[in-house]
Amino acid sequence: MRGRKALLIDTELCAGCNACVDACKEENNQPDVETTDLSSISYTAVIEKEGVYTRRLCMHCEYPTCVSVCPVGALEKTESGAVIYHYEKCIGCRYCMQACPYSVPTYEWNSTSPKVQKCTMCHARQKVGKIPACAEACPVEATIFGDRNELLKIARKRLSDDPTTYVNHIYGEHEAGGSSVLFASSVPFEKLGFPGNLPMEPLPNLTWDVLSKIPRFSVFFGAFLYGVWWVIDRRIELADNGTENNRFNQHLLDNEQKKEQV
Amino acid sequence: MQLPFKITFWRVLLAIVWLAGTYAVFVRFTEGLGAATNLSDKFPWGLWVGFDVVTGVGLAAGGFTIAGAVYVLHLKQFYPVLRPAILTAFLGYSLVIVGLLIDIGHPLRIYHPMLMGNAHSVMFEVAMCVTFYTSVLALEFSTVVFERMGWDRLRKWVSKIIVPLVIIGVILSFLHQSSLGSLYLIMPSKLYPLWYSPLLPAFFLISAISTGCAMVIFESHLSFRAFGHRLEKNILRHLGRVMLLGLVLYLILKVQDFTTRGVWDLTVLPRMETYVFWLEMFLGSIAPIILLSIKRIRLSTKGLYICSVLTIAGFLFNRLNVTITGIEASSGVSYVPSWMEISVSLAIVGMVVFLFALAVRYLPIFGNPLANVKKITPPANRMTPKHNADNITFDSGTATGRDVLSS
Ligand code: SF4
Ligand code: SF4
Repeated sequence: MRGRKALLIDTELCAGCNACVDACKEENNQPDVETTDLSSISYTAVIEKEGVYTRRLCMHCEYPTCVSVCPVGALEKTESGAVIYHYEKCIGCRYCMQACPYSVPTYEWNSTSPKVQKCTMCHARQKVGKIPACAEACPVEATIFGDRNELLKIARKRLSDDPTTYVNHIYGEHEAGGSSVLFASSVPFEKLGFPGNLPMEPLPNLTWDVLSKIPRFSVFFGAFLYGVWWVIDRRIELADNGTENNRFNQHLLDNEQKKEQV
Repeated sequence: MQLPFKITFWRVLLAIVWLAGTYAVFVRFTEGLGAATNLSDKFPWGLWVGFDVVTGVGLAAGGFTIAGAVYVLHLKQFYPVLRPAILTAFLGYSLVIVGLLIDIGHPLRIYHPMLMGNAHSVMFEVAMCVTFYTSVLALEFSTVVFERMGWDRLRKWVSKIIVPLVIIGVILSFLHQSSLGSLYLIMPSKLYPLWYSPLLPAFFLISAISTGCAMVIFESHLSFRAFGHRLEKNILRHLGRVMLLGLVLYLILKVQDFTTRGVWDLTVLPRMETYVFWLEMFLGSIAPIILLSIKRIRLSTKGLYICSVLTIAGFLFNRLNVTITGIEASSGVSYVPSWMEISVSLAIVGMVVFLFALAVRYLPIFGNPLANVKKITPPANRMTPKHNADNITFDSGTATGRDVLSS
């Protein structure tokens, strides 16, 4: 996981100025409307809760549920850590939306060729060496961009420097296996609307445990069914006590049938 | 054209449902899912996934259950219900695919999973299984059509591979019936804990099998009333026994699951989820188990019919609870399907009933004498030697329900 990039968002620093939202909209050519939550035209939103400001955006999970559930591989976790979407593949089944533990992906509900929409961590900008627009725009460094490990260190330092302010928890370090977006806050995360009931291990394991058994199961089960069929068949045949006769009769019948058809 | 319905009321109802459904589909394809449904970013899967797909596949489980019993286990006493069960399954799956095409955003890309499948996705696995299993069902059902058309050579060809075909069908069904439950394994934080369980795949599989049997009982009762095809009581009783077995197994697993996960206290919380949970358990598990344990009921046609209706109702509740009710709390919104969603689902049900009735009328499903316009009974039937009747032949064509029924 070396070289993985991440965003660190600190609710203690955020002033709620919405600069990140505006920069995001500009970067992604989205209409400038008031943004209160994620939507197909807003990849991020600043939300006021419990007296602090927090952001909603794709967490860019280390083991993304959305990537795991997509039947056609339209979502991809890139080397840098960003989770991106390939529209040409998407069939619009919305399993990614249903399964994302943070309910991040959104959908163009009023389109007849709908796209799934979500934050790309400015993958295109990153490719040309720029940092994500939101981190660049933030005037108070409430959102910063960097190496995930570096950011974790910074966050830990903030927590230990000021333990009375911060809750002792970096959200995204371990949740569902961790994510490339990290949060530090003075308010318990559940109160800010973050899911508090996530397991700490990667969610895709939950299905892979079952799915990975399928090939072996199919072979054994098939062999078993065939065996059952064979045993019972054989028994009936023997019980019939006229094995040869039976075959012979069948043969005659078949012939007769053929004749009749001619 | 004559509709195969006796009562005009049903014809009118069907026409209304179809009109509404067609309009809804038109809106969906011209203005997008948002215009036709009450779905939202917070609630992306609704009635069309929950009912048309997840429930629909489960209701069609009678097909593999009966085919497996007849061909693999050689339980020839189930033969007379084999064709109706396969017909239901075939129609059911075909319309599940129709439902899916209406629901997904890019129906023209339906082949994408074939080309760019992601083996980690349960949805991919379900898609593959449903595709292959529908083909298997089409082949299994084709013998009926071949028989009707008198295309004996084709029929014989399919009959030759029927055992491996059925075995493949049973494997595929085990896989995707359980996988419909596995779809939710990845959402431990989203599905309400009364329903989320690591055993979801097992629950889905077992309930599909008992409901598959219930559907066969239910259908044969309706077919009897509509077309006068009488089924042997014995078959229904056998089915009732399998159904009871499935229901008991399900209940035991449920109790065990609730105990290991320690969620019994949730069953008494005064919440909407609790109420519908008990409704589901009572209708689809407790009531039919109690009724079926009473011998008099288990042996009576009426009793079996009532139990099958209960089981199906409970099954419906269960699937809708997992797909809709159980998701509401975590989604933070409440979802009620729009009238357009409901009308499309009803139109699909209407389509299954209509096509079923049509098939029963024109094809040798229940041994309908009408279907024998041209005499195509192969000699095997006329001069069936005694031991041939005992030794079940794996030839789905010859010893049809017709022989059992018309005698
Ligand atoms: S937050 Fe949701 S959409 Fe973003 S990477 Fe994780 S699972 Fe995917
Ligand atoms: S909606 Fe598109 S991106 Fe999301 S899971 Fe389905 S196919 Fe994949």
